[in-house]
Amino acid sequence: MARATSRKARIGWTVAAWLVALLIFFPILYTIITSLKTEQEAIAGFDLIPSFTLESFQTVQSQNNYFRPFTNSVILAVGSTLLALIVAIPAAWAMAFSPTKRTKDILMWMLSTKMMPAVAVLVPIYLIFLRTGLMDTRIGLTVLLMLINLPIVIWMLYTYFREIPGEILEAARMDGATLRDEILYVLTPMAIPGIASTLLLNIILAWNEAFWTIQLTTTNAAPLSAFIASFSSPQGLFWAKLSAASVMAIAPILVLGWFSQKQLVRGLTFGAVK
Amino acid sequence: MTTTLRALLGATALCATAGIAAAQDNVTLTIATVNNGDMIRMQGLTDEFTAANPGIQVQWVTLEENILRERVTTDIATQGGQYDVLTIGTYEVPIWAKQGWLVPLELGDAYDVDDLIPAVRDALSVDGKLYAAPFYAESAMVMYRTDLAEAAGVTIPEAPTWADIRDAAAKMTDKSKEQYGICLRGKPGWGENMGFITAMANSYGARWFDTDWKPQFDSEEWKATLTDYLAMMNEYGPPGASSNGFNENLSLFQQGKCAIWIDATVAASFVTDPATSTVADNVGFAQFPNREGVDNRGNWLWAWSLAIPTSSDAQEAAQTFIAWATSKEYSELVAEREGWRAVPPGTRTSLYENPDYQAEAPFAAMTIDSINAANTQKASVQDVPYTGGQFVAIPEFQGIGTAVGQQFSAALAGQMSAEDALAAAQSNTTREMTRAGYIK
Repeated sequence: MARATSRKARIGWTVAAWLVALLIFFPILYTIITSLKTEQEAIAGFDLIPSFTLESFQTVQSQNNYFRPFTNSVILAVGSTLLALIVAIPAAWAMAFSPTKRTKDILMWMLSTKMMPAVAVLVPIYLIFLRTGLMDTRIGLTVLLMLINLPIVIWMLYTYFREIPGEILEAARMDGATLRDEILYVLTPMAIPGIASTLLLNIILAWNEAFWTIQLTTTNAAPLSAFIASFSSPQGLFWAKLSAASVMAIAPILVLGWFSQKQLVRGLTFGAVK
Repeated sequence: MTTTLRALLGATALCATAGIAAAQDNVTLTIATVNNGDMIRMQGLTDEFTAANPGIQVQWVTLEENILRERVTTDIATQGGQYDVLTIGTYEVPIWAKQGWLVPLELGDAYDVDDLIPAVRDALSVDGKLYAAPFYAESAMVMYRTDLAEAAGVTIPEAPTWADIRDAAAKMTDKSKEQYGICLRGKPGWGENMGFITAMANSYGARWFDTDWKPQFDSEEWKATLTDYLAMMNEYGPPGASSNGFNENLSLFQQGKCAIWIDATVAASFVTDPATSTVADNVGFAQFPNREGVDNRGNWLWAWSLAIPTSSDAQEAAQTFIAWATSKEYSELVAEREGWRAVPPGTRTSLYENPDYQAEAPFAAMTIDSINAANTQKASVQDVPYTGGQFVAIPEFQGIGTAVGQQFSAALAGQMSAEDALAAAQSNTTREMTRAGYIK
């Protein structure tokens, strides 16, 4: 009896999980379907069966070379993430293992910078970029994206580091490890799952960033977000083309997410949830 | 010794001159533009321009209309100099020119500036100086299904009144077949539903502001405009019309779901294109309607135009590009490659005198008549303190127009009555205009 109930419950949960997953994935699925339609079909109404034409992809590629914004996206996402880790690991170490009275306040303050709408600081940042010659450069955007995501990276790493017993680091110190050795050879290897999931999440966040990357670029540093934005049209049909551009832009990150989902899930459930 | 010195000096001077010449020759123009068929076509033809002007390179930044406006405004306001050529409309040109943000255009004799359609040229000039060259221009007109009109026994005159339109829409509606008598814009936005409703209000004798800048939504004309608009759309319009803009209505019309669509003249080339439209052979055209007794047909005029910001450091090359992209020769180039139908409409008188164009574009005569009839200097039959046809050319209009558009869209969605929407529009606009210092 108990077994039957648990099986029923299991089926119920499985169905529910599938439904939720489908609900979350559906917008992406429908974007993919729309990208395989003609413009006429795309705007004709809801229909799950496309005519499987690649016409939109062809038009998108011929109008705007995909590889340049793709390269920019890779450089910005990976570059900003690595930079953020270099800054965040020592910062999180300090906060996790030698906290002061103000550590909590500093953490809160860092997070509070994420609460402000980005547009509020558009003009000052725009002017800084302009005056320093960083406008439309990859280096400028890499640093900016790093700074934008830094609070989240520090928070995540801080949470993971807190799970690691301080005694292990103490033991390393007693064995004569310097601060650098302690962080590089003791702490970092133990926190690898946490660092990996932080890295992946940050790459996704940087890849999808679409405010600064559009506002501060023209052509040289424009990543895939600007590529998508160029296919929206005030007068004319563009749904299929826009969907094709979106599919081309999200495909790399989807594939990355697919292959690293184990790491991601492990990392995300590693810290605070326990 | 002296000879050596002279030779050295001469060589230096030569190098310097060559350096300057090289700097002038190797210019990269950054052009900010919107994504529409005509602009994409121009991007495809850029090679022709660079071949004729070997020292000038061209790079394009294509953005969604509102993002483009945001980016270009930030860039100009901070003198950023990111762009050398901007794609802007008749709304921005007078405002930005008065701010001193745009360079006056000197396009040379060969350009034949007098060939530009006078209404369009006026809309892009301030104090007699041309600040932007039109790439394509549009007014608004009635597009209707001739087959449905015939079947219903309706004749739409060439210059219809709103009563004619309403009567025709009633007769051509058959909701059981998803055939709606009339499709009009309902999506909120200063350039969406307010573009249409402002033109309709003009044709009803209404105005946005009196000469003291006091909003006029409490007038009888505005009440009649909104009541008639809502009645037509509720009785004969498609479902969910409050989220329909230009693109949605275009799609409905092309699929044969609208009997009458009143919108920008540029749509005519889309709805008569057999490649995209199922009703291409059955489209008739008429002028924008008016209210009986009011001598005004909306005064809708819009031109996507090319302008040069004062912050550009390649102004000379930018002038050369604009002269090419908006020239008669460019039209001929497009015609040669893709046929006369694909030539950007609405900018030059000579295009409408061209028999080849007239033969290929059945909408040509109605388009030019509509553009010629638009008076953006005095949009209403009453006195007005502003310029602009389907918009008011003041910087605050984007915000105010969109806020009013939201009220009217809510009324169309059935969330409030026409009276409430007008009252809200009146109080919101009065507050904003007072805050902006127009009302003392």
